Amino acid sequence: MSMRGASQWWIPAAVVALACSLLLGVMIGPAGPTWWRVPLELLNRLPLLSIDSGLTETQWAIVWQIRAPRVVLAAFVGSTLSIAGASYQGVFRNPLVDPYLLGVAAGAGLGATIVITVNRSGTSSWIIDPLPLIAFGGGLIAVLVTYLVGTTGKGERSSISLVLAGVAVTSLATAAQTFLLQRNSDVIRQVYSWILGRLSSATWSDVRLVLPYVVFSTVVLLLHRRLLDVLRVGDEEATALGVNVSRVRLVVVIAATLGTASVVAVSGLIGFVGIIVPHAVRLVVGTSYRLVLPISLLFGAAFLILADIPGRVLDNPAETPIGVVTAFLGAPFFLLILRTRKNER
Amino acid sequence: MTSLAFDQVRVNYAKRTAVAAFTDTVKPGEWLCIIGPNGAGKSSLLRAIAGVVPHSGRILVDGSPLTARSSRRRAQLVAYVPQSPVLPSGMTGAEYVLLGRNPFVTHFGHESELDHAMVDDVIERLDLAGLATRDVDTLSGGERQRLVIARAIAQEAPILLLDEPTAALDIGHQQQALELVDTLRLEHGLTVVSSMHDLTLAGIYSDRLVLIHEGHTVASGIARDVLNASVLAEFYGANVRVHHEDDGTVVVVPSKRETLK
Repeated sequence: MSMRGASQWWIPAAVVALACSLLLGVMIGPAGPTWWRVPLELLNRLPLLSIDSGLTETQWAIVWQIRAPRVVLAAFVGSTLSIAGASYQGVFRNPLVDPYLLGVAAGAGLGATIVITVNRSGTSSWIIDPLPLIAFGGGLIAVLVTYLVGTTGKGERSSISLVLAGVAVTSLATAAQTFLLQRNSDVIRQVYSWILGRLSSATWSDVRLVLPYVVFSTVVLLLHRRLLDVLRVGDEEATALGVNVSRVRLVVVIAATLGTASVVAVSGLIGFVGIIVPHAVRLVVGTSYRLVLPISLLFGAAFLILADIPGRVLDNPAETPIGVVTAFLGAPFFLLILRTRKNER
Repeated sequence: MTSLAFDQVRVNYAKRTAVAAFTDTVKPGEWLCIIGPNGAGKSSLLRAIAGVVPHSGRILVDGSPLTARSSRRRAQLVAYVPQSPVLPSGMTGAEYVLLGRNPFVTHFGHESELDHAMVDDVIERLDLAGLATRDVDTLSGGERQRLVIARAIAQEAPILLLDEPTAALDIGHQQQALELVDTLRLEHGLTVVSSMHDLTLAGIYSDRLVLIHEGHTVASGIARDVLNASVLAEFYGANVRVHHEDDGTVVVVPSKRETLK
């Protein structure tokens, strides 16, 4: 029963890691106040405390209106992609599955491409930016098609046919996107900058837009963490143990997809997080979903906040796309963990 | 103790009938062993009781049909040890046995202290303390089998289904596994239905044998009646001699065909 003892320390550790990342995220940036003044001002803003941080109103605006929403959005995107990835890997019992599996990414990409080709001058100045909404819609439609086509089989077969349907829908949407881009080669740069992911334009309204989906998805997935452990014995045995396997799979897939589609809609496609974070977590805390889900959620959030920092400080003002940073940081880190764990055994 | 009755139970796959109109009554506390050649429908019948494959006809537990119950309730009544169980790598022995408590935990709930205590107790009684903290990946075939039986016992179901429980084991471990089931059956008053390839062992441990062939019951009764050379030749295509020991044991020995000269 040593697992029960050791596991108690991982969650507080991950919470501390996330808190440190949040703080670091609002302290660092290309413009704005000296870094150490930011925590003082944050304390000052708490009720009953009064500390002179020396921050001007403009500097506070940079911290609160520009950095803070970006950091919070990064936390949402990182946590959602990580917990969705872990959950998909659980219900499909396939370690290589990622949150974009069922066509969310390709559908959202197609939606974004359509918006950008139709309106070349850009839509971000509109009162309500249609781009995230249509990307969200595109992602959901793609998954819906995947589901309608892919769930004709029964039992183990249905999870395989679902994955295959996802591959087919992804190819179809990607082909449509390529076709559109060929005909409108002048917007390729714009579309690719969306596809590679960015958090730079994040505002509090983006945060508000994704908040309900992220909360819903996270709560539903966390509630299923024990059942994901039961599913590890396979559909048949889980059924014999009293689990309604197809219903659990449907609910988990819907929750994970809704969360993924919402964060993709505001951040673009940030690759690698949904595979790398859950796997890194598994290598460290073991394979039980009871720990893997909450820890992936917390470390995923911390990981994306940290991954976003070099992008905005280095080669300013060009900004390296976050998707590129996650791969550059994530891959070596992952290989390192893989290597050290192998040596231990 | 719980009885189990079958009324015209059929299991159909896409184009094939695996079990055709199986009717039988298993008395409370009885050990019924289903025998028959490969593909006869033994596993399909057990899988139907476990609720893993759909069936028509009725399977009655203490008089009421299984299909009328929720999957959770059914799992409280029937524990199933499959032919090739999946032991997820990275799971410890104790975590694996804890899965057996699933039917008693609510959908979004977690195991109570009572569930954990129950698992600790099963592990102790089955003498598995050495496996509790080990990764199931590192266990031998015999250890894995005992763990799967422990999971089924933790399920506290009055009906225990065993699909080829000895298939992967050597003769010593076969005997240990079946002795364990027999002891648990007597201790807990379990009703056991198993499928088995080893006819001698089937005869020794079960109370009654049912021989099925292509989904149909062709013989039923005690070992002495069912296990005879001509029946086995007809349905297994086997050339065997059957010995009757003084203690009542029926021994089935394969004999080699005479070499052509």
